[in-house]
Amino acid sequence: MELNPKIPSGPIEQSWDRHRSEMKLVNPANKRKHTIIMVGSGLAGASAAASLAELGYQVLCFCYQDSPRRAHSIAAQGGINAAKNYRNDGDSVYRLFYDTVKGGDFRSREANVYRLAQLSVNIIDQCAAQGVPFAREYSGLLDNRSFGGAQVSRTFYARGQTGQQLLLGAYQALERQIHAGQVKMYPRTEMLDLVIIDHCARGIVARNLLTGKIESYVADAVVLATGGYANVFYLSTNAKNSNATAIWRAYKRGAAFANPCFTQIHPTCIPVSGHYQSKLTLMSESLRNDGRIWVPKQKDDKRPAIQILMPERDYYLERRYPSFGNLVPRDVASRAAKEVCDEGRGVGAHGLGVYLDFAEAIKASGVAVIREKYGNLFEMYERITAENPYEVPMRIYPAVHYTMGGLWVDYNLMSTITGLFVIGEANFSDHGANRLGASALMQGLADGYFILPYTLSDYLATAKLDKAPLDHPAFHESEGQVAGRVKKLLSIKGKRTADSIHQELGKLLWNNCGMVRTKRDLQHALEKIPEIREEFWRNVNVLGVDDEINQALEKAGRVADFLELAEVMCLDALERAESCGCHFREEFQTPDGEAQRDDEHFCHVSAWEYAGEQGKPVMHKELLEFEYVTPSQRSYK
Amino acid sequence: MHLTLNVWRQKNASVKGKLVRYEADDINPDMSFLEMLDVVNWQLIGKGEEPIAFEHDCREGICGSCGMMINGVAHGPRPATATCQLHMRHFKDGDTIYIEPWRSRAFPVLKDLVVDRSAFDRIIQAGGYISVSTGSAPEANSVLVTKQNSDLAMDAAACIGCGACVAACPNGSASLFTSAKISHLALLPQGQPEREGRVIKMVEAMDREGFGNCTMHRECEAVCPKAISVNFIARMNREYLRSLLKGEGLP
Repeated sequence: MELNPKIPSGPIEQSWDRHRSEMKLVNPANKRKHTIIMVGSGLAGASAAASLAELGYQVLCFCYQDSPRRAHSIAAQGGINAAKNYRNDGDSVYRLFYDTVKGGDFRSREANVYRLAQLSVNIIDQCAAQGVPFAREYSGLLDNRSFGGAQVSRTFYARGQTGQQLLLGAYQALERQIHAGQVKMYPRTEMLDLVIIDHCARGIVARNLLTGKIESYVADAVVLATGGYANVFYLSTNAKNSNATAIWRAYKRGAAFANPCFTQIHPTCIPVSGHYQSKLTLMSESLRNDGRIWVPKQKDDKRPAIQILMPERDYYLERRYPSFGNLVPRDVASRAAKEVCDEGRGVGAHGLGVYLDFAEAIKASGVAVIREKYGNLFEMYERITAENPYEVPMRIYPAVHYTMGGLWVDYNLMSTITGLFVIGEANFSDHGANRLGASALMQGLADGYFILPYTLSDYLATAKLDKAPLDHPAFHESEGQVAGRVKKLLSIKGKRTADSIHQELGKLLWNNCGMVRTKRDLQHALEKIPEIREEFWRNVNVLGVDDEINQALEKAGRVADFLELAEVMCLDALERAESCGCHFREEFQTPDGEAQRDDEHFCHVSAWEYAGEQGKPVMHKELLEFEYVTPSQRSYK
Repeated sequence: MHLTLNVWRQKNASVKGKLVRYEADDINPDMSFLEMLDVVNWQLIGKGEEPIAFEHDCREGICGSCGMMINGVAHGPRPATATCQLHMRHFKDGDTIYIEPWRSRAFPVLKDLVVDRSAFDRIIQAGGYISVSTGSAPEANSVLVTKQNSDLAMDAAACIGCGACVAACPNGSASLFTSAKISHLALLPQGQPEREGRVIKMVEAMDREGFGNCTMHRECEAVCPKAISVNFIARMNREYLRSLLKGEGLP
């Protein structure tokens, strides 16, 4: 397998513009002759499907939900970054680029990140024109706020519902194209295989979740916009049905999986309350702008927060990182929370929590201002915990939130399979070993609105594709495999629910491949995962039939894929014998406990290639070069 | 907690359904309503019975997937709360709970508590957007929006498309949903060029889908998990009238 990132040569400031003008175009009259499959309808998928349809391509768009408006991008709260420099506070494209490369702990591709920073400004223009109700100032101009990992105020937001509003903007653009007949939408349809003909991605096999029918779809290119795989941990902030199946099926057809161990643990989530917990809820990171994070100085201090006086509190982020304080990047904040809880200073019934306290902010700016900024978040918190954060400090704890890893793509967002493009969280591209807040929305929309429409056109203009018939043997073969797997899942009739096996896997991963990893733990997980997988295929109980809605069957198929993916995550974490960003290996830390990178040996992307059911995946390296931002020890002190 | 549940079970769209009684044990007050159903489903699977089908995804009250009639009230007893954000602490030990799907002609039941809400997508398709193609947008700050209008537009845009408004309405009207989108876009300068045509097309689509008319029962507002105000329905009616008076679509 060859990993050619296809980074344009020349100065980084000009590379995207030049590349854009050099790419081949498809004649307008020929565009409607091309069909593109878009799997996923979140920010990346909906924006790409709408934009490609506007250009004149025929788009088939698939999502497992009942409507594209429900994709999990909708749950993003805080905001979207853009280097507009409206605040006159020194922001620039270069600074956003710099912050993102540094925030990613020097494990991302410079050229991609620079392009992302450049395009950030167009995204805001596009979304404002669509009618996204961004927060405004009294002047009528757009408002901004600051976010973790940055010292400028460059985050645009729509209350605590930025993801919802951006997604609805893209969804509306998509619905407009559905109405125009340019996009054919397939809701409640789940991709279960990728079909490759003559070494090019030419279609998918999908299951209709209403009728159970397994059907093939053919196209000139396939785009995966299916999001991340954080649900491999069972408990995460992802939607319950978010899954890795599409990217995992593509991996098994030859797409390299890059940096699978890079999973972001978000510092501000509501702590787990019991074994029945089905998912975790994130509280926007923007809360860290006004809330102060602390734990008692004393161990096992069970007094209510209000009785613990100032001198008895440890504002540990402000103490350890005086210049960034509570706004340190997510990985740093999460690990620090784990450390204080491991010391026995955690709060709440299980001791797995830290305080996020608004008492001083409320005193300084008044309840009204705080309510205006965070009202919906406070409400959500109260609903879940039955505690009023206007009166008592919130309790928060880190939770799995986002996966920086994903299918490997080149500068054109094409995977190692010709004609298979991957956008949004599903690819590994821009965030390196750690994503900065308010960057996921930016990346999804940059990929969908502004990058893919160019690079996919270039592919279609230059690829020599024969007509692929739906009765091609490759479709038959794949349909047979998919149907066989469905039958197999229904026939096991064991004793355990897919959920209980998923919970077991999640706990194992959280303990051994979570916030802190060690060689010993990872080896332990690698021994255990095949056992759990075996247990699944021997003892899972999937009731019901395959020709109508069967949510247990859907779930079991996704868990089966997580059980394979988990192993590659642990392999990747074991192989990367350094600490970087979210990937903290206990063996590799600085004397004061910060992540210790090893640029000499690990300044690369690890891209894993499938090697058959029995074989061990093969790792390929894409070496990373830093010409513009010199790798340094990240310091937020 | 121990609860008695009466849950609507219906195999598919073409057969009749019925309420089936289940006893739910070991329910913790801190569970969400959907987590309670998860536990019930695990118990059902253990007994070899098919689990109850219900829609859910984000479980944070924003995706709009979940929704059911709980004791006859869409999303249950708490105001401005989606089913996934409703917790069992709001019920009492020993309670009997009736759980049914949304009931509306325009939302046919597909299985158990799952209904088809694709009519909402078709209302949006009729005109619930601003026709701006990618790449053609002007610099964002070149168009000013008063904070007042921006905030009001956001109040309307907060709709999650769950369908509770329709389920609660004695007429099965989608007026709250449709008016929220019409108001959101009509309040913004970007939405002006298509303002008159949009309201006509979306209201027509709503009628075409078989939703009833609004007769101001205000049940929709009472159950809306985002507390969207019926004032937007009044605004939609004004927009509709304004559009007719301006002679939209006439030569």
